[in-house]
Amino acid sequence: MSEAYSPADQHDGIDPDMADATETPASISEGTGVVPMNMIQALNSALAVKMTEDPNVLSFGEDTGFFGGVFRVTDQLQQKHGLTRSFDAPINESGIVGAAIGMAAYGLRPVVEIQFADYIYPAYDQIVSEAAKMRYRSGGQFSTPIVVRSPYGGGIFGGQTHSQSPESLFTHIAGLKVVVPSNPYDAKGLLTAAIEDDDPVIFFEPKRLYNGPFDGWHQKPISPWKSQPEAQVPTEKYVVPIGEAKIVREGSDVTILAWGTMVWVSLAAAEHAGVDAEVIDLRTLVPLDIATIEASVKKTGRCVIVHEAPKTSGYGAELSALVQERCFYHLEAPIGRVCGWDTPYPHAFEWEYFPGPERVATALKAVMTGGAR
Amino acid sequence: MTRNTQPLSLRVPEPSGRPGDAPDFSGLKLDVAGAVDRPPVDSRPVQMTDLAFRLVRVLDDEGNAVGPWNPRLDPDTARRGLKAMILTRAFDDRMHRAHRQGKTSFYMKCTGEEAIAVAQGMILSREDMGFPTYRQQGLLISRGYPLATMMNQIYSNAADPIKGRQLPIMYSARDFGFFTISGNLGTQLPQAVGWAMASAYKGDDKIAITWIGDGSTAESDFHSALTFASVYRAPVIINVVNNQWAISSFQGIAGGNETTFASKAIGYGLPSLRVDGNDFLAVWAATQWAEERARTNQGATLIEMFTYRGAPHSTSDDPSKYRPADEHDQWPLGDPIQRLRQHLTLIGEWDDEQHEAALKEAVEQVRAAGKESEAIGTLGQSRPSVKEMFEEVYATEDWRITEQRGEVGI
Ligand SMILES: Cc1ncc(C[n+]2csc(CCOP(=O)(O)OP(=O)(O)O)c2C)c(N)n1
Repeated sequence: MSEAYSPADQHDGIDPDMADATETPASISEGTGVVPMNMIQALNSALAVKMTEDPNVLSFGEDTGFFGGVFRVTDQLQQKHGLTRSFDAPINESGIVGAAIGMAAYGLRPVVEIQFADYIYPAYDQIVSEAAKMRYRSGGQFSTPIVVRSPYGGGIFGGQTHSQSPESLFTHIAGLKVVVPSNPYDAKGLLTAAIEDDDPVIFFEPKRLYNGPFDGWHQKPISPWKSQPEAQVPTEKYVVPIGEAKIVREGSDVTILAWGTMVWVSLAAAEHAGVDAEVIDLRTLVPLDIATIEASVKKTGRCVIVHEAPKTSGYGAELSALVQERCFYHLEAPIGRVCGWDTPYPHAFEWEYFPGPERVATALKAVMTGGAR
Repeated sequence: MTRNTQPLSLRVPEPSGRPGDAPDFSGLKLDVAGAVDRPPVDSRPVQMTDLAFRLVRVLDDEGNAVGPWNPRLDPDTARRGLKAMILTRAFDDRMHRAHRQGKTSFYMKCTGEEAIAVAQGMILSREDMGFPTYRQQGLLISRGYPLATMMNQIYSNAADPIKGRQLPIMYSARDFGFFTISGNLGTQLPQAVGWAMASAYKGDDKIAITWIGDGSTAESDFHSALTFASVYRAPVIINVVNNQWAISSFQGIAGGNETTFASKAIGYGLPSLRVDGNDFLAVWAATQWAEERARTNQGATLIEMFTYRGAPHSTSDDPSKYRPADEHDQWPLGDPIQRLRQHLTLIGEWDDEQHEAALKEAVEQVRAAGKESEAIGTLGQSRPSVKEMFEEVYATEDWRITEQRGEVGI
């Protein structure tokens, strides 16, 4: 499965738009119990369960109906729940989100897909000026409980327009919640919570993790999800609450703050650097679990933030400021940041751009010796 | 490859007149009242594309209601419409003055466009949802929304229904079928379509109606909305209020000189009507036609309401800087209040005395509301509790807001 992402495959002519499409159907047969799922299947399961439970939940987006989406997250939903529950939308992101807002104002709970996060910009106005502000600007008369799902992030050789991580643009907007899962179990539980949430939720799916965890060692073999404990997913409904971070590795030397694919990169980097790092998967950027962050940094005295988006004004800048405000007297070194460079996402230089374990390890060693740079 | 033999030149469209010029409406194609056919509501859009280039009119120059679009409105309803238009204008006048007196930061009048929101507000039910832009105050007024409540928002006083969070005039009144107004032009259109889709999805019987200005049809959201409305056959009425001006830009800048705004629907396979927006009866008839299509699951209709923005764009605007001073007076389609008055008078259902009384009553009603609202306070005299600033951002407050509220000491 991991080989699907190698540069060699890309050069064999795989369309980046389809790079992650899985050959096995996403949908897992319903029933009770716990079964291994990849992230696509887990997300699909969340949608299927919620759609069965609540007739007000519906799903639409480009290619999401009959075909089930180019990443197959909505696979079989139309066949199971009918044409009006899961359907294809015109290639018009503003229209997709705008219509979802109207539906939500009516009382539905639409879950829309923006095919790649790089294409969320045409819908930006509807998300930022409309969905985010509806309750506030109407004095509480209207609210917009929509979920905007979108595959995001790099590592698939998708070039500039299939690799971006625009999460910070949404964390800046009052009224939005921003969620990023890093494994199948969380993906299902968080998406379920997002659908049930009364606020608009921007739900970014790290597409590099759809089929298996990826630790950034692109030249080393990678195992598929099914060998991971996080792939053991209940077929029934459960919720991972929005707003709770998770300590995925306990450690005493330094706190790493990460989300999405960077959680796995950070775990690999801690091993590689031989540093006893505490790795926190934020899971939700807004609302942020500040208590978990604060407790960890006060314990370790050091902090490194890892994200895929460019460094300048990335969410790492906000986190760094928060840690500084709250933990200054506990810090033994300047806060480190490992991020994408301040360039557009470059196709041929993906592995120089993508923050991998090597760069994170360098930052870890630097904070251990007293200077982040 | 052929080389150009002559240099190209860029065309920038210009209106027919600028300040100092005489108004020139000779370029308008205006059908006489009664001239345009009324197709059955189940006609296919391709069979009536000509309607997008014609002009549906019912009231002729003498005030007779003529032709196939005559809605044969009962006099009581027509009188209620006339009174609501008069009240809307009186409200606008007082609020405009209130701005001059420093009682509010901002106001926008709908002078000359009253027939549109008033008629449509009367036809549709409050269970339906209107997705307005900022010149549909007539919708609230025709439905009896409390004038003092509107003023409370305009004055941002302690009783502001939007709790001090929105501009004056950007009302929100769910129970009156009036969606919250956005300052970002055009965004309401795909939302209206989505709302209508939701009603159809649920198998309900409600429809949506929305309004956009001629200038704003250039926004992508207009085209998004038409695409979605057409594809999913959404039960929605989409009005383009062509009032000739978008602040200082004439309608040609949005493409109105190349074709009609109504005709923009043709490429989307939607039926479209071009209607005299100053003719209460024509607005009524066209809206009923579109309403019947929507209610019988035949989908969306676009209506271009052909009218003129008589007042300045807003209290921040001075139209004498960009258009002939008397252009509004010369508007060949007259004034909606005068035209309905003339009609009702002609058929013996109204007279000058009644009209004078209605004007007086409207002014009285507005004055009474003004007193009530001003007692609570005008801009700066009273305002909602500052704690409202921090509320309803999220369904439940998060720690950032709690902390920041603490910094303010509330
Ligand atoms: C997206 C956006 N762009 C620009 C503006 C500023 N603006 C406010 S009103 C207006 C003119 C709108 O003209 P039109 O749509 O014809 O409506 P009218 O005011 O004539 O009723 C402009 C440009 C805005 N509010 N929103």
